[in-house]
Order: sequence, then structure tokens, then C-alpha cells
Amino acid sequence: MSVLRLSKAVYEAIRAHGEETYPHECCGALLGRPSGDGWQIESSVRAGNTRTDSAHNRYQIAPAELVKIEREARRQALSIGGFYHSHPDHPAQWSPTDFAEAHWLGCSYVITEVAKGKAAATNSFLLAGTTEEDKRFEPEKIEVAETLEPLAAQSESKIERNLHE
Amino acid sequence: MKIFIPTPLRTHAAGKDALDVNAATVSGALDELTRTFPDLRKHLFTGEGNLRAFVNIYLNDEDVRYLPAKEATAVSDTDTLSIIPSIAGGADAASRAAGRADGPRCS
Repeated sequence: MSVLRLSKAVYEAIRAHGEETYPHECCGALLGRPSGDGWQIESSVRAGNTRTDSAHNRYQIAPAELVKIEREARRQALSIGGFYHSHPDHPAQWSPTDFAEAHWLGCSYVITEVAKGKAAATNSFLLAGTTEEDKRFEPEKIEVAETLEPLAAQSESKIERNLHE
Repeated sequence: MKIFIPTPLRTHAAGKDALDVNAATVSGALDELTRTFPDLRKHLFTGEGNLRAFVNIYLNDEDVRYLPAKEATAVSDTDTLSIIPSIAGGADAASRAAGRADGPRCS
């Protein structure tokens, strides 16, 4: 099982975001580095939910905003390692819509259940597989630490290959 | 010009996050990218050669789909091309059943 490592500050920030946007879904990106058995996330970036027509059960990040987020990641020498969103009054489990719309293979998808306005369970799922045809969500362990140890330079391609296996 | 390669495609591009190419148009740049890394082609294009629906291509800050000349748009050495798979989803009426059947809780 892969591991998603987050600082307590990032973990609390994404849960707080879900509470702030309740009863609508929140969404954002996770910036970090591959850590050998998953991603170590250094920061989260809030994004706007463009699905204003159905924001209580849908989210979408505008591609133009993603371009800016990726630019910021490069500036910090980080990569987009995953995304997060909330499920207002629904379990922190991926839905058929989440799966159909997931295309960032090797990245983590974090979902927080927000029950009556309060953040409840937070789960993470690795989008494993090598293509659209064999992709699958695999549950992964979330490790939350007060502070994260700096990662040594690693071969990102080697780690990403491992994540796809 | 420089093409930025997103996280999920780097495993098919020798781990690189960017590639410098010499091209006259957006499509020429994508052709050079997929000539350099042939494995990328099936991730970017359908079998008919069309860009996959969830793949967004941005020339600097402009969505290529909405440029008048689309992929035939001329580019210069100082331009950048970003490949951005879409991000969307959300809870829906079937999420409880799907989650219980296929996605056991991990924490």
C-alpha cells in the first residue's frame, strides 16, 4: 500500500477548506515530491470549483488555474502529486464520477467527508495503472506529521514507475 | 519552445518534466514531443489521432482549443506549451454503494 505523507498544517488546511465551502464541494491541488512509496506533500493550493451548476456534488478545477498551479509548483521545485476535494454529507470514498474523471495516473486523490459542516473522515486513493484502460483507485495510507523530514533527491521517474506497478 | 510535461506522463518521458523542441506550430511541437517519446502518443491522442477529450493543451495562458487556428497556431521559441489533464469529479447518488464495494477505508 502506498503512503501519502502530509504535514499537520496541510492536512488541517484541506479539511478546513471543505468546512468553509460546505454545503458545496471544495477542491485543490497537492504539491510535493515522490517519496519512494508514495508522495510527500509540502503544500496545498486551493482552487475554485467551476461546477457552480451542481457544486454540492460536483467539482472541477479550471485548466487555466491548473496551468498556474503547475507553474507555481515548478517555481518551488515541486510537482503536482495529487488533488483533494470534499464530499458534503457523503462518505470519504471515491464515486463513479470521481473515477471516470480521474486522469492523473500515479497521483493521490484525497477525499474528505464533511458531515453537517464538520470535516469527518479523510481518505486518500492512489490512481494506479499505466493507461486509461487499466487505471484503478487503490486506497493508500495517510501519514500526518507535525513536520515533514526533507526528502533527499531521488529519481522521480523510478519512483513513478513504482507507483504505476 | 518548451513543452511542460505533467506528473502522470513523465513516466513515459524518461522522467522529464519539460522538453525543448523546435517547431513552427502547436501540432508540430506535439509531433516532436511524441517522436522523442513515442509512448506518450497513446496517452495524448485517440486511435483516430484526435487529442483525447480530457487532455488540455495551453499555449502560454491560452487554451489551444479556443484559438482561431487551434493546433495549427504558430509558435515562437519563447512560447511555452502546457499539457494539463483535466481534474473533476464529485460525490453522486451512487457514491455510497461504489465506495463500499470497491474502496475500503484506509484510515
